[in-house]
Amino acid sequence: MKAEQISVFLENKSGRLAEVMRVLGAAQVNIRALSIADTSDFGILRIIVNDKEKALAALKENNFTVSKTEVVAVEVPDTPGGLSKILDLLDAKKVNVEYMYAFIERHSENALIIFRFDEKTRAIEVLQKAGITILSSQEVYNR
Amino acid sequence: MIWNQEFETLPREALESLQLKRLQATVNRVYATVPFYKKKFDEIGLKPVHIKTLKDMRLLPFTVKTDLRDNYPFGLFSVPMSSVVRVHASSGTTGKPIVVGYTRRDIDTWAELMARTLTAAGIHQGDIVHNAYGYGLFTGGLGAHYGAERIGASVVPISGGNTKRQILILKDFGPTAITCTPSYALHLADVAREMGIDPARDFKLRVGCFGAEAWSENMRAQIEKTFNIDAIDIFGLTEVIGPGVSSECLEAKNGLHVFEDHFIPEIIDPASGEPLPWGEKGELVFTSITKEAFPVIRYRTRDLTRLNAEQCVCGRTFVRMERITGRTDDMLIIRGVNVFPSQIESALLQIEGLEPHYQIIVDRKNNLDTIELQVEVNEKIFSDEVKKLEVIEKRVVHDIKEMFGVSCTCKLVEPKTIARSEGKAQRVIDKRKI
Repeated sequence: MKAEQISVFLENKSGRLAEVMRVLGAAQVNIRALSIADTSDFGILRIIVNDKEKALAALKENNFTVSKTEVVAVEVPDTPGGLSKILDLLDAKKVNVEYMYAFIERHSENALIIFRFDEKTRAIEVLQKAGITILSSQEVYNR
Repeated sequence: MIWNQEFETLPREALESLQLKRLQATVNRVYATVPFYKKKFDEIGLKPVHIKTLKDMRLLPFTVKTDLRDNYPFGLFSVPMSSVVRVHASSGTTGKPIVVGYTRRDIDTWAELMARTLTAAGIHQGDIVHNAYGYGLFTGGLGAHYGAERIGASVVPISGGNTKRQILILKDFGPTAITCTPSYALHLADVAREMGIDPARDFKLRVGCFGAEAWSENMRAQIEKTFNIDAIDIFGLTEVIGPGVSSECLEAKNGLHVFEDHFIPEIIDPASGEPLPWGEKGELVFTSITKEAFPVIRYRTRDLTRLNAEQCVCGRTFVRMERITGRTDDMLIIRGVNVFPSQIESALLQIEGLEPHYQIIVDRKNNLDTIELQVEVNEKIFSDEVKKLEVIEKRVVHDIKEMFGVSCTCKLVEPKTIARSEGKAQRVIDKRKI
């Protein structure tokens, strides 16, 4: 299972992130996970939302450049060494992580980690073989 | 001071009869020796004999930059290559530069004209001239060099670049005159200060001849104060001869005397091509009347200015052109390189996925011109990965450098952020305060 992330191009100037949030708020879109990559002149906002179609439509209508990316969402115990175990697993199989971000679940003792891999299919295989739970967008949102 | 008292102060009547004689000889020569001109004359049924007075100049067809490019490299030479002792070329940006040739006599004429230019600035035998115009295909370096030698000054042929070494030479050799672009002069001053050297106190400079790019009275004031010198505006273009087409005099510093015994200036309405009376602002057009290897007939410079016929305090009878105040096309001169926005556009569009939504921001930082290309991101080039977007920025920078030899920066911006007015975007924002 792969989850879908929305990426938004942001110029590095004040108020741009606020504008994205206003647009999503007005469209009644809820954000479940978020990360920003920044360089000296632009940023890329990456979000996982409850309703990606609505989010995409609202952002495009407001002239934002957006894209959809398949990412891998996994659940790990929120305990010391939780992430380490997964990364070791990937490292052993030489699976490269493009980027990742993590957050804590509201109703459980688990943390959710969003991974972006170049070799998605192989990454999923490695994780599933090791018995790691991989979630869909909907599952991510419902946790 | 006047280098050639006889010619530079010729009474207008004598000057005009000399001009007519030389014009007629030039027209005869190009008709007989350059197929391009013969064809253009024949197309409108013009024969050299039709040029009976200076007013008949308006019958002659214009020559434009693309004509020169279409005849690359030697198509417009009016003498065999065996008579050409030198070639120069303009900073070409479309792949093909404009190539010009000089006979031995042309080189002699050019040295005379640059001798006049430097003398008009008060430079004389005994002066040491720090010549920081680039040597090579560019006409600036060798043009100023030959003029300085002609008057018997001591030339330091430093050329452009290696600024720190230039500062040491300025300090140790004690040149009394400098020749370079005005922006490079200010850059030299900045670097000197960084090295703990005061350009006003630690150099012996008395005067500078600055040209090859547009500059302003404000910049003159800044250069004069910074170096404690007189700053003189000089003008020329490769297509006509190089530097030495016109120059200010130290006495007035108010307009550039066109060396009219060698070049006939005209001002035309850029839209209709009709000649305008002196005093009105329009496009500057030159006809060379003494050049042998590469004569030009009514060459449209695209530079905007006006001509002032008032008698000058220096005694020269030559008409004065005002500082160039703009251009009729959108050509940008970036660090001496001619750049057309359309060429930047075609470079950008060669990058897959890029759309023609861009803006060229030209600025001058630390006295050097900078270009920033702002390019709108679209869904075709957008990626969730930073490195993929950075690859596009680097590609733009690389391609522009490759094409123009000019460094730029590239900034990706959000779509629809570049102003579109009446469907036509403003492509160039020139923030340089010239």
